[in-house]
Amino acid sequence: MGFFLETLFGGLMTGMLYSLIGLGFVLIFKASGVFNFAQGAMVLVAALSMARFAVWIPHWLGFQSLILANVLAFMVSAMLMFVMAWCIERLVLRHLVNQEATALLMATLGIAYFLEGLGQIAFGASVYTINVGMPKEPAFIFESVFEGGVLLNLEDLTAAAIAALLVASLALFFQFTATGRALRAVADDHQAAQSVGIPLNRIWVIVWTVAGIVALVAGIIWGSKFGVQFTLATATLRALPVVILGGLTSVPGAIIGGLIIGVGEKVSEVYLGPLVGGGIEIWFAYVLALVFLLFRPQGLFGEKIIDRV
Amino acid sequence: MTTQLRERIGAIVLEMQNISLAFGGVKALTDISFDVREHEIRAIIGPNGAGKSSMLNVINGVYTPQQGSITFAGEQFNKMNPRRAAEMGVARTFQNLALFKGMSVLDNIMTGRNLRMTSGIFAQAFRLGSAEREEIRHREFVENLIDFLEIQAYRKTPVGRLPYGLQKRVDLGRALAMEPRLLLLDEPMAGMNIEEKQDMSRFILDVNDEFGTTIVLIEHDMGVVMDISDRVVVLDYGRKIGDGTPEQVRQNEAVISAYLGVAH
Repeated sequence: MGFFLETLFGGLMTGMLYSLIGLGFVLIFKASGVFNFAQGAMVLVAALSMARFAVWIPHWLGFQSLILANVLAFMVSAMLMFVMAWCIERLVLRHLVNQEATALLMATLGIAYFLEGLGQIAFGASVYTINVGMPKEPAFIFESVFEGGVLLNLEDLTAAAIAALLVASLALFFQFTATGRALRAVADDHQAAQSVGIPLNRIWVIVWTVAGIVALVAGIIWGSKFGVQFTLATATLRALPVVILGGLTSVPGAIIGGLIIGVGEKVSEVYLGPLVGGGIEIWFAYVLALVFLLFRPQGLFGEKIIDRV
Repeated sequence: MTTQLRERIGAIVLEMQNISLAFGGVKALTDISFDVREHEIRAIIGPNGAGKSSMLNVINGVYTPQQGSITFAGEQFNKMNPRRAAEMGVARTFQNLALFKGMSVLDNIMTGRNLRMTSGIFAQAFRLGSAEREEIRHREFVENLIDFLEIQAYRKTPVGRLPYGLQKRVDLGRALAMEPRLLLLDEPMAGMNIEEKQDMSRFILDVNDEFGTTIVLIEHDMGVVMDISDRVVVLDYGRKIGDGTPEQVRQNEAVISAYLGVAH
């Protein structure tokens, strides 16, 4: 039982990372109707920027404090995400308004390659580490309940808390501010939003910036666990099944979808893996997504698309 | 009655001159001119496919006409866009409801105040005093509108769950929240039962009366149009075939054969 719980928690932590990346997809899809293939590249660029600036800034300014370095690096990276969002709106989205969804999809593929290249030029292609001072030592809980207790990774726990905080503050922002209301309005109906004078262009910049900051947080957590390297951009595509599972239009869907896949992967790997020779973790998410596409294409929480005949 | 009308209605606020609009080879509007006076209720009627909705979309800036010009509040345009129109005080409702279905009635109507909100995104995010006060001020305005439209009971209900007639009212509320100078209503009574139609007519007249809003409305239901509008434009196959008071239009031969003459 203790071992099962450990597997479960491990899965939840990975799942939370998937959720964060999936959340980025959903935010942009809802607001601009674009499936953003560049989300993975955004995570990569954000993580690279965080890793490099956290080293560069203390070097340039000549101080030692790890916390200050990380805070400054975070702010610079967040700024970078804003500039990137602004450029994407200005140079790409604005010219493709009212075009077919496929054209926009292809455009985001282009953005993805561009960002990956740019990230390498600007920050180099080596493997970097992100050290935000997360606790590394393991903790044991339920020691009185099970023999030996349940091993928990404090780093994962901190990461989960940060992710939860981010999601909660986003939810509050969307629900209770005028800008949040405008964002929801645009997500619901472009035409109507324009007719009440909501500026689509500005909203897109905001949404892409928010998605960029979500990518930044995901990148930091990922990078601090596994290091930052080029493969991060493609690794994040594993979050794709998450949004298929949760529904492309649902924020809670992305979160729950991510957790289901994280847990499913780990539990099936540990318990079913030995029976089929392992490797379930690699394909589990995709097979689950396939099953969903067959039987419930709108995902768990997505809007069912009903065409008028 | 007539003298009272003359006092209420002011100078020309919107003038459409020689508007032509085509989609590829299909001519939606051909050389149409008419004007709208301040504080009046102006109807655009016509059979299906006459170009009524196209006309409204031209005023609102959704479509750009190939020819002709629009003069609104003394400024002349060849090209409009929906956001610019909104900024100039043109609000609209939609024929096929375009409400924000997942949002509450209150939030839907609050979006109409968007243009009047000036506080920055950070002030809003951190609930600074100025943003807070602004929100409260606009909320008060919207609450009054909700009272006016008699939808107090549904303020927190997601719009998608309301019956059709009430959704139409929310649509009207959202447009009114903009405090528009010109209000465009796209078939406000389509698909309604008699009772809902009467309610809607009453709201339209009240809006015109209490807020002095100039209203351009498109409608299919002849009876309703003749009862509430001051002047009527009649379109058929994208051409203007009649223009005048409801009485004049009723006696217009072309109108009778094109529209009233058809069994309806």
